[in-house]
Amino acid sequence: MLKTIRAVAQRPNASRWLAATAGLALGLAAAMPAQAQDTIKVGVLHSLSGTMAISETTLKDVVLMLIEEQNKKGGLLGKKLEAVVVDPASNWPLFAEKARELITKDKVAAVFGCWTSVSRKSVLPVFKELNGLLFYPVQYEGEESERNVFYTGAAPNQQAIPAVDYLMSKDGGEAKRWVLAGTDYVYPRTTNKILEAYLKSKGVKDEDIMINYTPFGHADFQTIVADIKKFGTAGKKTAVVSTINGDANVPFYKELGNQGIKATDIPVVAFSVGEEELAGLDTKPLLGHLAAWNYFQSDPAPINKEFIAKWHAFTKNPKRTTNDPMEAHVIGFAMWVEAVKKAGSTDPDKVIDAIVGVKVPNLSGGTSEMLANHHITKPVFIGEVRADGQFDVVWKTPGLVPGDAWSKYLPESKDLIGDWKDKKCGNYNTVTKKCGSGA
Amino acid sequence: MRALYGRLRALAVAFGLLLAAAAANAQSFDEALTGFTADSFSDTENAIGAVARSGNARAADVIAALQDGRLLFDPDGKKVYIKEKDDRIAEAATGQAVAGAPANLRPVRLNNRLRRAVEAALGGLSLFAEDPGRRFDAAQAVFKSRDEAALPALESALAKEAEPWVKTALAEARAAVVLNMSGASEADKLAAIPAIRARGDQDSVALLAGLPANTPPAVTKAANDAIASIQSSLEVWSAVQNAWYGLSLGSVLLLAAIGLAITFGVMGVINMAHGEMVMLGAYTTFVVQEVIRAYNPGLFGYSVVIAVPLAFAVSGSIGVLIERGIIRFLYGRPLETLLATWGLSLILQQAVRTAFGPTNRDVGSPSWMSGAFDVGQLNITYNRLWIICFSLAVFVGLLGLLRFTRFGLEMRAVTQNRPMAASMGIRTGRIDALAFGLGSGIAGIAGVALSQIDNVSPNLGQGYIIDSFMVVVFGGVGNLWGTLLGAFTLGIANKFLEPYAGAVLGKIAILVLIILFIQKRPRGLFALRGRAVEA
Repeated sequence: MLKTIRAVAQRPNASRWLAATAGLALGLAAAMPAQAQDTIKVGVLHSLSGTMAISETTLKDVVLMLIEEQNKKGGLLGKKLEAVVVDPASNWPLFAEKARELITKDKVAAVFGCWTSVSRKSVLPVFKELNGLLFYPVQYEGEESERNVFYTGAAPNQQAIPAVDYLMSKDGGEAKRWVLAGTDYVYPRTTNKILEAYLKSKGVKDEDIMINYTPFGHADFQTIVADIKKFGTAGKKTAVVSTINGDANVPFYKELGNQGIKATDIPVVAFSVGEEELAGLDTKPLLGHLAAWNYFQSDPAPINKEFIAKWHAFTKNPKRTTNDPMEAHVIGFAMWVEAVKKAGSTDPDKVIDAIVGVKVPNLSGGTSEMLANHHITKPVFIGEVRADGQFDVVWKTPGLVPGDAWSKYLPESKDLIGDWKDKKCGNYNTVTKKCGSGA
Repeated sequence: MRALYGRLRALAVAFGLLLAAAAANAQSFDEALTGFTADSFSDTENAIGAVARSGNARAADVIAALQDGRLLFDPDGKKVYIKEKDDRIAEAATGQAVAGAPANLRPVRLNNRLRRAVEAALGGLSLFAEDPGRRFDAAQAVFKSRDEAALPALESALAKEAEPWVKTALAEARAAVVLNMSGASEADKLAAIPAIRARGDQDSVALLAGLPANTPPAVTKAANDAIASIQSSLEVWSAVQNAWYGLSLGSVLLLAAIGLAITFGVMGVINMAHGEMVMLGAYTTFVVQEVIRAYNPGLFGYSVVIAVPLAFAVSGSIGVLIERGIIRFLYGRPLETLLATWGLSLILQQAVRTAFGPTNRDVGSPSWMSGAFDVGQLNITYNRLWIICFSLAVFVGLLGLLRFTRFGLEMRAVTQNRPMAASMGIRTGRIDALAFGLGSGIAGIAGVALSQIDNVSPNLGQGYIIDSFMVVVFGGVGNLWGTLLGAFTLGIANKFLEPYAGAVLGKIAILVLIILFIQKRPRGLFALRGRAVEA
């Protein structure tokens, strides 16, 4: 708790300092020869410093790579693409400032950015007011559909629900008892609410669900792991669904390994642990623990092999991992390019109209489509941690899963849909036939 | 004569049957192995069962190889190979090394369900192993799998077993099998319960709570009684466990705070960059391990020990630089010191991020720091145990340094009365720099220990700075004993609150308690008395 207070206290200073630096950099950039006349600008809004830099830096690199590639193909509408990279420094209010700057000052055609839900929520009003386009690449809690935002990451029904289905299946171990462990903020809380409702609809009793939250940056998981161990000895097969965020996963997994909880006893399926997070861990004790994603680096599809080769060449580092949000940017970028070609213009209104229904190849060999609710169709994979820190896909959904903006399992959102094609509404109530939430 | 002939014929038939059986056995083993080449989980599962039942001498080796991911298959030639520990490729069926193994060998894949099947099969197969440790593991595996088929083997193993601890495990495994067997009599089941009750851990509760539906009522009742008695003893153990977790958290707090007890507690410098000194120590450990991996992997077990003095040197010298370069101009101006050191902490973080990248770095644990052992029902992990010992050693060392060395004496003199110390001929500026270096160096040492339990990332230090200040303020500024007591009090209080209030509320409760405590005793647990304080 104190951490938060301190974090808040330090932010204004950090932002000022960084804003000054960034402003200087931008000023310099502006002073460069004005060759920017015939380029299309693409904004990259990912934190390059602060706590989220660990995850977001990679996404900035991937957008730069995609832009470079598109330029090699001759650009877009006969113009070259130009990246405008800003650093919101893991500071939520600064995200909004930077977004405004990108749209009004740099006049970018589209923005690729944000990681945490709170950063997305903070830029939302800006994109609505200025009619910008945001491609958001990270799995999130759902319950949102905005005209100006395209959600290329997974909605809960594209990650959490299939993962639970897998654990309930014979191959997954027929789990009967559930621990929902998460970091205390909006994504885990909403996801766990949906999962709880879903589990209950499948006949799981209250006493067979344990929900546990930890503060941000929690490093001491001894008690929680011991509790999980204890919960798992009630004579029913137990599984853990972890929405523990980013960095806190390392101490959590270390403690699991140390206390000898093996995946054969209590499997842990995580929604925020990818190849990148495992890179900081000795994965041998984690063998068999699970992750649910729409993409794994180990996917054998030729298009993925090709992508990884390009990524390694671009970063000049043959060890750089790839992960799910990167794939989301690849899909989102390709969709935007297609939509701009279709519309013949980068005008946001035209692109928004053109993009629904656009189909582009994803990196697992299939085709993803942009839906009317601004979410996309994706395959869902369950991977098991291998000894080399990669994942072995042990299960996948039979086909592509369309993203649900509003969860069917929550009473307050079960009648809502997002439809930006016909209804022009993000929260259309199918029962009252009215636009506007209020179930 | 006829009788003899008849007997001979019977013998011949029996012999023939035996041969046929042996051939069938070999054939079924080979056939079973082919099941591994299908690359489908259900075929692999059948193959595991068939290999385990084949009775072939190679079965245990094959299953063990499968468990370690060393069982390879050739998808074209439909043959199965084992990668031996020394990287040689051998044929799985015969165990003979092959010279020109096919190039496209792939490991047989497992999922958790199959891993459980593998453990169960291996348990049944290694009940008669030479090594008592392996027999013990086998008994534990059978206890978990409760596989009826293992019962005959279990009973003969039980009869042969000489080691008492393995024998107990075997008896527990047998009891577990009997309790889950539909064919066993009520009396047998009742007789099995005491063995499980004596085991008395959470697995026993799990076993007794999950008896099959057709269990006779008398057995269920006895099982419930046993559960109640195990639970009540587990309650006591869980209190012990909380205390242990508290000690462990306390030792981490102590390590993080003890350097600050010098720079803030003794010198009065509000050092916001303290956490970054810890982080630098952790990165030093990372670099040391990288160098060892590259040049002398044999030394890896000592990497953490080697990192301790280096981390002290790195963080300590940076501390001296900071003191000489910045802080000495700011003595007596706490707000400016706070801002300057906080800015410094941002610079250090970003510098490390630029140099090492924003992602976590993998700092390995030497083997003597991994794993756990049990004392009664208390599970003690080695890394936590070592960190407790290490933090106490650092504390004692620091106490000794302050108490018995000339430097310690001068440091105490300077902090108590600077003008007087200066007029006695002590170079106060030099002492300030060294003291700040000492505090920073100790933070670096803490980083070595924390690299074993936390992320090594540029943000490592941020997570500890507030806790460190909390400990120092709570314990009483300027008193090392206060820091020790403060750290352990906060650690234990936190861990006793956590099971009831949850991690988030627990932390809030601790903060509220500290605020109330500081209202009552503004100078912390151990208040320093003397002229320096009043001044």
